[in-house]
Amino acid sequence: MVTRVGVEVSIALADAVKLANPDVIAAYPITPQTHIVEHLAELVANGELDAEYIPVESEHSAMSACLGSAAAGARTFTATASQGLALMNEVVYVAPPMRLPIVMAVANRSLSAPLSIWPDHSDMMSVRDTGWIQIIVENGQQAVDNTIIAFRIAEDAKVLLPVMVHLDGFTLTHVIEPIIFPTQEAVDKYLPKNRFPLPLNPDRPVAMGEFAPPFIFTETKWAQEVALNNSKKVILKAWDEFAKAFGRKYLPVEKYHSEGAKVLILTMGSSGETASVAIDELRKEGMDVGQIRLRLWRPFPFKELREAVKDADVLIVMDRAISFGGPGGPLASEVKAAFYNQAKRPKVVNFVISLGGRDTTVSGFKEIVNKGVDIAAKGSKNEYEIYGVKE
Amino acid sequence: MTKEKSLIEIRWHGRGGQGAVTTTEMLAQAAISEGKFAQAFPSFGPERRGAPVQAFNRIDSREPVRIRADITEPDYVVVLDPGLLEKVNVTSGLKKGGWVIVNTRKTAKEIQKEFKIKYPVATVNASKIAREVLGVPIVNTSMLGAVVRITGVIDKKSVHAPLEKRFGRLGERNIKAMETAFKQVAFEEQ
Repeated sequence: MVTRVGVEVSIALADAVKLANPDVIAAYPITPQTHIVEHLAELVANGELDAEYIPVESEHSAMSACLGSAAAGARTFTATASQGLALMNEVVYVAPPMRLPIVMAVANRSLSAPLSIWPDHSDMMSVRDTGWIQIIVENGQQAVDNTIIAFRIAEDAKVLLPVMVHLDGFTLTHVIEPIIFPTQEAVDKYLPKNRFPLPLNPDRPVAMGEFAPPFIFTETKWAQEVALNNSKKVILKAWDEFAKAFGRKYLPVEKYHSEGAKVLILTMGSSGETASVAIDELRKEGMDVGQIRLRLWRPFPFKELREAVKDADVLIVMDRAISFGGPGGPLASEVKAAFYNQAKRPKVVNFVISLGGRDTTVSGFKEIVNKGVDIAAKGSKNEYEIYGVKE
Repeated sequence: MTKEKSLIEIRWHGRGGQGAVTTTEMLAQAAISEGKFAQAFPSFGPERRGAPVQAFNRIDSREPVRIRADITEPDYVVVLDPGLLEKVNVTSGLKKGGWVIVNTRKTAKEIQKEFKIKYPVATVNASKIAREVLGVPIVNTSMLGAVVRITGVIDKKSVHAPLEKRFGRLGERNIKAMETAFKQVAFEEQ
């Protein structure tokens, strides 16, 4: 039977991993990811989850262990955040070209210095170009659902790529909220067994992650790019079939009162629903405004984004990271690139918000929308605005 | 309160180690078990025993809770340690007609006068209840009873299961503390 309970999102995510029945979990605890891996360690120690839990000595080792485990054909999970993801970075790059279907939850948190344990998207942006599939969620239910979905996408024979599920630290990981858990039977039906095509096996030796001199290296990178772009079809199908089985539908670009609206805001992550409340209030006050939310960060959904903003004159993009010395937020950069060659395109206004865990409230989002419309009309000498910064 | 609004926001003020966070969890779990929508979360940060802390509940009987931010304009404020009244502006942002629920030996009138509080105040001697029922001055589950009574946001019986689950063999005593405070909390109908 489907159960609906009040549970901390980290614990719920770990229980979702359990439902996916992994073979190997290798992880190193770090705030705010800690409760996820603690609960998994507990489930393994209590005999409730039949998996190998490897308590490694660092995140670099965690991902290294995951490479080996996935290469042996084992269903593999890890989780990290912030400095942990940064320390892991070298090995994060290795999984995609080796086509290893690892699933990793990232409890998004800012990067030092100064030391901050609070959320923003600087860690997730630091791995943008590693070649992983990156899904980002905005509530606990989406975190649970997409953790299960991530295994199906990663292990699909047409994909064989690692998947990160990004959930903002604290704002999601440490909140108790209602979660609907699917049954084990339903998950087993949705998520087939991992059939990695060429597992490491002493009787049938294969070579992986080889040395690539200049005559072949470009081709390996092209193959990686094609594989990541081709994964989108499978991602869409996995979301579609999840909706059929469980009734909750995910899309690369999700729309909220966006059809026909002249002003749109684009959000990514846990601030999305707070922003939706602001949209409701602004619409009630008579403003023609809607929202789109990005669910898929890599591969970037260019086509869906262009379609979603086709009627808009102004697009206000919310970023939770800065590309220092660059054009502002990484999301706005991507969005601008998506529209540059289009005949009809909205004016893009970029706000960097909620760095290092500072809240952006409902009234904050309303202020941003009004300010954004103003900037679109009058122009600005700035490439972007940092909302609420004390100068 | 307008008919349309179904969201109730509660801000808890306590000290690290008093169990404010645990109590918000149990209140949310109880509301969710009734089919309602709820959030519980602490003021995120390093935890220090004895330092002033906040914890938050949002409970909505009709719609999913969508706001993710600290509660700055609560409907109810709960004060676990009366000493905080001197140190923290607990009524900051409290909505018009919002309640302050205080663990104290004093009366509502005394609290209102002493701390210049212009809101209705409900009082309960949770420290005494906790000492008598639990044998320790940990007031969180007693305060839970007062909060359930004053807010009326959930059925009192719904917190029994979360209390039992959380406290195991001490569940029964914590239920008694909750029930006692539910009965003893003093307030004037507004």
